[in-house]
Amino acid sequence: MSVSQDRLATTGLRARARRRAGSGQGVLVGASGLLVVIAVAQTAMAGAVAAREAIVFTALIALGELLRLNLPGDREAAPIGTAGALAYALLIRVGQLPARHSALQVVAVTGIGMIVGVLPHLAVGRPARMTGMAARLFAVACAAFAFRPLAGNAAIVRHWWAALAVMTLLIMAAWFVDVIIAAIIRADTLRARFWVTLTDEMRVQVLLGVAVGASAMLIVFAAEAMGLVAVAVFIAPLLVTQVAFRRYAGIRATYLQTVRALARVTEIGGYVEMGHADRVSRLAVAVGRELGMAEPDLLELQYAALIHDIGQISLRDPIPGGATVLVSPEDQRRIAELGAEVIEQAKMLDSVAEIVRRQSDSYLGGGPAGASGTAEEPAAPPPLSSRIIQAVNAFDDLVGNSADPMRAAAVVERLRLDAGAEYDPSVVEALSRIIARRSILRT
Amino acid sequence: MGKLSRAAWLYIGTVVAVAAFVVAHSPPTGISWSQLGVLAVLLLACESVPTSIMPRRITWSPGYAATLASVVLLGPAGAAIVGVVCAFTLRRGPTIPQRVFNGAMYALSAHAAGQVFLALGGTVGVPAGDSFPVIIGPFAAAAAAHIAANYGLLAGVLWLTRGPDRRQRGLHGIVDLRLPLPDFGYAFFGLLIAAIWSVVGPFAAILVLIPLFVARWAIAQFADQQRAYEATLRVLCQAVETKDYYTRGHSERVSKGSVMIASAIGMRPERVEAIRYAGMLHDVGKLGVPTKVLQKTGKLTEEEYAAIQLHPMRGLEIIREIGFLDEALAGIMHHHERIDGRGYPMGLAGDEIPEFARVLAVADAFDCMTSTRSYRGARTVCEAIAELRRCSGTQFDPAFVDALVAAVEREGWQTPDVPVPPPGEEVTAAAYDHDDPVVPLRVVGSR
Repeated sequence: MSVSQDRLATTGLRARARRRAGSGQGVLVGASGLLVVIAVAQTAMAGAVAAREAIVFTALIALGELLRLNLPGDREAAPIGTAGALAYALLIRVGQLPARHSALQVVAVTGIGMIVGVLPHLAVGRPARMTGMAARLFAVACAAFAFRPLAGNAAIVRHWWAALAVMTLLIMAAWFVDVIIAAIIRADTLRARFWVTLTDEMRVQVLLGVAVGASAMLIVFAAEAMGLVAVAVFIAPLLVTQVAFRRYAGIRATYLQTVRALARVTEIGGYVEMGHADRVSRLAVAVGRELGMAEPDLLELQYAALIHDIGQISLRDPIPGGATVLVSPEDQRRIAELGAEVIEQAKMLDSVAEIVRRQSDSYLGGGPAGASGTAEEPAAPPPLSSRIIQAVNAFDDLVGNSADPMRAAAVVERLRLDAGAEYDPSVVEALSRIIARRSILRT
Repeated sequence: MGKLSRAAWLYIGTVVAVAAFVVAHSPPTGISWSQLGVLAVLLLACESVPTSIMPRRITWSPGYAATLASVVLLGPAGAAIVGVVCAFTLRRGPTIPQRVFNGAMYALSAHAAGQVFLALGGTVGVPAGDSFPVIIGPFAAAAAAHIAANYGLLAGVLWLTRGPDRRQRGLHGIVDLRLPLPDFGYAFFGLLIAAIWSVVGPFAAILVLIPLFVARWAIAQFADQQRAYEATLRVLCQAVETKDYYTRGHSERVSKGSVMIASAIGMRPERVEAIRYAGMLHDVGKLGVPTKVLQKTGKLTEEEYAAIQLHPMRGLEIIREIGFLDEALAGIMHHHERIDGRGYPMGLAGDEIPEFARVLAVADAFDCMTSTRSYRGARTVCEAIAELRRCSGTQFDPAFVDALVAAVEREGWQTPDVPVPPPGEEVTAAAYDHDDPVVPLRVVGSR
């Protein structure tokens, strides 16, 4: 699996993450490290309970960390490791013997397993992704501290349904902890709103979370019925899930690469300046995020922004300089229409086609520029994504490859004057905030 | 199953009668009806989800897990009763005779699996902690028997209902022989269900199957993305064809021709798939050639000729980041090389040219010759084959020319319709085609 996985709307995530490593993420990683150190020290002093089990689960967690999984949106998960760690936290009996290990021992085993599992990643030069590991560790720790005192409880030992209910609740809680931490980090690094990243995170993680939780319980009950040997066998259903998700992530990455290839068509054909599509898509996604768009919409926006100029390939000859902002509104709309037709042939991209089609319409809908409506029936306002692409495209056409902040500021000022007539003022405002931040970062 | 032959009816009738006999005559003593109910619902749930997910024929068959769990927990009689449930699948597809047959088939094969399990020393009932790993042997045999019986019965009915053309291709034309292996894998989840039944009862089944259902969701997503991906590749091809009215459909046909050659020489399926993409995208670099050069009516200047010769490199620039296309890239870059080394862009000769490129070159020229161009009509397939043979060994790899000729003789070749220019549009069409082996490019100053 390639390292350059699906970078949906997270371009520069890592770079920015590094820049801000001193803030929240540092605290998180530091705290989790401290927790592991304390847990290991305490377990070493008190002596590990049931060392054989501890070793088996450490190995399982290490394996899971080794077989990490890419999820859409530059996320990583370790389903098998998480399931193993949760199972160790929720263990009731192994064969006939009650499991008596402490919550701190669970933390120690999880921490050591994760560290062992991450070493091979580091050895081949892949990032460790400490924050993800820290979030997983905290989630497991929560479940462990809540459940270990209950593990010997008569009701839980005697009634499987009571155990099942408690476990389900705790697994859900642990999942929620993981998701909230991930959402806070994402909101911080991507400058997005917390509620938006939280719902994004929940949407992406829910099904895998269900599979991981079910597998964790499966391991707990299998250990009870068949002893430790069963632990490895009962990973099999989750392994099937993992393989399926891996294929999904792979094809998603390929798809994005294909859309990028389509974007390059206009550049290589000499219709637009090199790098235009890429710059527009990055800036458009930033604006979309600033305006609080959710991840699926951002993905569509990214696709549409990448191929917003595809209509130009139907022109016999390139527009001089390739800047659509300089041609007449009728021609702009004709190009947008041709582009939408090209995209519609790709069947799956219906919403993207609509975004591209409406990119040159007046943001109010109707009006003199709203060609898709008639006099009697003015067109509805174009989708937010179209309005974003319209403004960002104009910005990039006028600024181009220039890195001069003065020029960017002047162009924003010009767009602001046109806002209300041509561009959506809220989009232009969001754009100007991003440009202002960029120039601060540069100087 | 509209019109069934008498033999087919007889076969289905026999299978159903035997199944009914078996179910009726196996004593259901000692069977826990609640277990049976849970397992039956489980099988129904598994069988009600569509089983194969296009494309690439990824199958999903956890139904075996349910029946084999029944084999362990309930024995042959109970497993047969559970199997009958298949007839009531909530999928809309099957007709009534199909449903009856499916139920009978599942019941019979589950019963057979149960007998195998008992014969090899398996004990019926919730397995005790010490029954592992001894139970694995009989269970594996039971799973194999279940799957073999199922496919055997299925092959029989398909043999009798499908046309003779399918039959000619042997067993392979009837059932997909790649399927039983993943089925065998799924079957083992039945053992997992049985194993923890002693601890959590019916929840055993749910816990085992949840990850599998999630996996199925992911695979369905995968299939969606795969379709989107292919559609986008097709858009890339169409983008090329907007440049010249007369080359409509060229990419698709070259793709088809390349696949015919690749299959004829026995390439592995993954490579055939890759060459299909390569064929679709082989001319994508034409987008980097100015339209006025592509549509020029007079002789080409040196610069214009150079621009045309660069198109394979341009194509590479456009698609080189698409991860799936590694071998296809080499093919696209070199599809205008010639065996004698006089091609472009690199002037490679003989075996230096990647295999994909040599295949593409043959399919590309063949389609060009059999299509109408603005400056000439289409050649017949025979004429085009003669021309390919003439250039075989100098321009084309003889092995692939032979392969294409054989494939075309066997499967035929759909030549494109003569393109009708859209009315009211001023059609500018090229006066040459860079693919045409018969009419070489005319460059100012040459000849």
